[in-house]
Amino acid sequence: MIYDCIVIGGGVIGTAALDRLARYNLDVLLLEKEDDVASFTTRANSGIVHAGYDCEPDTAKARFNVRGNELIWRDAEELDVPHLKCGSIVVATAEQKNRLEQLKQKAEKNGVEVKILDREQTLAIEPNVADGIQYSLYAPSAGIISPYQLAIAYADRAILNGAKIELSSPVTEIKKVEDGFTVTTTRGEYKSKMVINCAGANGAQINELAGAEHFETVYRRGDYYVLDNSERKNVHTVIFPLPTAAGKGILVAPTADGNVIYGPTAVDTADQTDTATSRESLDSIRANVPLSYKSAAFNKCIRVYAGLRTLIGHDFVIKQSDVLDGYIMAIGICSPGLSSAPAIAEYIEDMVISKLNPSKKENTVCIMPRHKRLMELGDEELDSLIAKDSAWGRIVCRCEKVTEAEIVEAIHSPLAATTVDAVKRRTRAGMGRCQGGFCGPRVMEIISRELNIPLNEVKKGGGASIARYRVKEVE
Amino acid sequence: MMRNLDFDVVIIGGGPAGMAAALSARANGASAVILERDVRLGGILNQCIHQGFGLHYFGEEMTGPEYADRFRKLVEKEDITVMLESMVLSLDGDKRVTVLSPTEGLCRINAKAIVLAMGCRERTAGAIALAGSRPAGIYTAGMAQKICNVDGYLVGKEVVILGSGDIGLIMARRMTTEGARVKLVIELMPYSSGLKRNIVQCLDDYDIPIKYSHTVTRVEGSPALTGLYYAPVDENRRPILEKEQYISCDTLLLSVGLIPENDLLSGLNVEMSGITQGAVVDENRMTSIDGVFSCGNVLHVHDLVDNVSKEAEIAGKAAAEYAKNGGAPDRDYVSVRATDGVRYALPQRIGKGEGKVKIFLRVGDVYKNCKLIAESGDKTLFSKKFMVLAPGEMGSLEIDRSLIDGDVVVRLEK
Repeated sequence: MIYDCIVIGGGVIGTAALDRLARYNLDVLLLEKEDDVASFTTRANSGIVHAGYDCEPDTAKARFNVRGNELIWRDAEELDVPHLKCGSIVVATAEQKNRLEQLKQKAEKNGVEVKILDREQTLAIEPNVADGIQYSLYAPSAGIISPYQLAIAYADRAILNGAKIELSSPVTEIKKVEDGFTVTTTRGEYKSKMVINCAGANGAQINELAGAEHFETVYRRGDYYVLDNSERKNVHTVIFPLPTAAGKGILVAPTADGNVIYGPTAVDTADQTDTATSRESLDSIRANVPLSYKSAAFNKCIRVYAGLRTLIGHDFVIKQSDVLDGYIMAIGICSPGLSSAPAIAEYIEDMVISKLNPSKKENTVCIMPRHKRLMELGDEELDSLIAKDSAWGRIVCRCEKVTEAEIVEAIHSPLAATTVDAVKRRTRAGMGRCQGGFCGPRVMEIISRELNIPLNEVKKGGGASIARYRVKEVE
Repeated sequence: MMRNLDFDVVIIGGGPAGMAAALSARANGASAVILERDVRLGGILNQCIHQGFGLHYFGEEMTGPEYADRFRKLVEKEDITVMLESMVLSLDGDKRVTVLSPTEGLCRINAKAIVLAMGCRERTAGAIALAGSRPAGIYTAGMAQKICNVDGYLVGKEVVILGSGDIGLIMARRMTTEGARVKLVIELMPYSSGLKRNIVQCLDDYDIPIKYSHTVTRVEGSPALTGLYYAPVDENRRPILEKEQYISCDTLLLSVGLIPENDLLSGLNVEMSGITQGAVVDENRMTSIDGVFSCGNVLHVHDLVDNVSKEAEIAGKAAAEYAKNGGAPDRDYVSVRATDGVRYALPQRIGKGEGKVKIFLRVGDVYKNCKLIAESGDKTLFSKKFMVLAPGEMGSLEIDRSLIDGDVVVRLEK
């Protein structure tokens, strides 16, 4: 068969694009190199929906961020993805007030509502800003969202609407042929009229494979601390320091899942797979957080992680290739990429429509009700669920109160969760303070049972098993 | 409709502490229910298949499952209600417990007294902010123990262990006997936080090297662990990075501390100890909330399960009496303070009265040829010389309550 579009890359950009294209009478396929979507940049970032005040005016970043902020909340509602429009503040000392004025001017050019607050007004929004903070720039339209759950929900909805996703399928070759492309992965060969490069950290390499425009890429790693959910009550909004040339700085933010994060740092690296945290980088978070936030609690850390920003020049590169007809690229998507994702997807949709002129499908799935988490269920609702399936009464992850039913549901969702990490991203089992110490083996057993595979074939993620060898047999 | 149940004593947790507390509450005339989240009673004992349990309590040495089974049979003989696969979702100040189970659904249990016996959890790689990649192959020692002893699988074959807590030491031996090579144990402190007997029987007997005053600086490998770097630490326990060394391994087990699992108390205003990370209790193991008792590893991390069982009996009996009398008698309390090398002493409060009271304690360092002293006012209640006192072993002393004259101070004299 010949696909209409092949999307390369299952991050939040690729899945958002796939989700939009699946609403048309188009045969669309997404190729993802890892064993799940949302496995690299989308998995490890700040989860912030930026307001768009700090993008340079008249850039793609400014345009897509502001439009993305308009779209993302609706997507989050439709897809039932955890989110909160909690606003953000950029904090400053008395001497730094003029920097806030400059940001405010940018905000006005970008059409973003902001306000400069004095200390008292700042404290009303965030009582825990550091003592030296006298002013802040408040952006009410900013907020937080679960980035991986957003991408997973886009992928699930796209599948329900007829799109295909092939996991563990790194692209090895892209050939321009008459009327389209032949895309080869380690698992197969696919023909398509159009190719859409949403390959994140590998975006420039995919362009090279296809013979599209050449770009130099810079990789900038960011390390984070994740704090126990008992810290959530201390953080009320997203707290940024003043931005620097390297980025938006080390923030303190609640996460949509109920934790708190401190980070990211900004460390340039030549290795595009380098997501190892470093001691120096983590130490710099320890040094910087107290400058903007007075309730830093590093002793409540439950996890550290790092993600990679992929930079091409100073802006996103989102366009139809000038040299390859039918080849679209959305690459160099660093911050504010998550916030921009729905707008980038909308733009890709427009480019595909103008090229292929497809009709809309009838009766597509729009609302995706996620099952509520156990703690969100009312007593009656929970009892009636347990009456139908006792697994709703069996808690597997005690820290995050995740039931067996939710785990089974994730394993059998449209884009099946087949690894411990994939189950974790969908259900939060293993994301709490014991980090899977208790529930990890239980989750492995459930995956093993549901997929009918031996325990030693259950993977953590990325192809590595946990229970690797049998113990000695007793004679 | 949510089921409502009433019990004199509700015991949260069905490990060694919960079972002993329930038996003791029942023996003292209370109706009792054990709420256990796992499919069977016994808690972590079920995965501790090594010897070394019961010598003090039963006068014979047995394995963890055997010790648990001994108690389980005693519980079965008594009129004690056991709810398995039952997770407590909340506990309120009026001693109402909301519990969820696949067979019973949501239940509300009204208790006259509550015994907390939830045990502890292990500190994780995340909690110590372990730098580097986040591959498969890094587990808490207890998780590897569960996968090995219950599920029948080994997590790896080239092992490094960070921390020398008892589970880490036990797993060093266990992985070795299963054919893995334990290349190194790395301990941040200049001494082990585990029992001396485990250092001898689990490391020395198998020629497993241990490096004290060292730590892991970063781990490598993706998606699976391939190796790690470690270095000696300075006097502030910061790694000396110029002396960093590499060691290849496919497994890193962590035995870097146990944390009492008191998360259920977060909504209640229970006075907590920053040192034990458990509740502050009196000699009956009653917390600052009347009728709520705590025992076992959720109160403070014990060295031996035998001590857990004994402590739980105190709590179970007191909970039964509290339930029977509709409250605790009014008493004057004195504080118990730990100082001069003693990290903590428990109970932290003692009610004035007659009879002997046992105080448990841990020291903060290895002390040789020292004297352990308990004083009250100008009276010495206890004084004994020790060749060595180490943080890994829980110490104890007994005092005569009638001699108490003001706060009790427990200290070391070098």
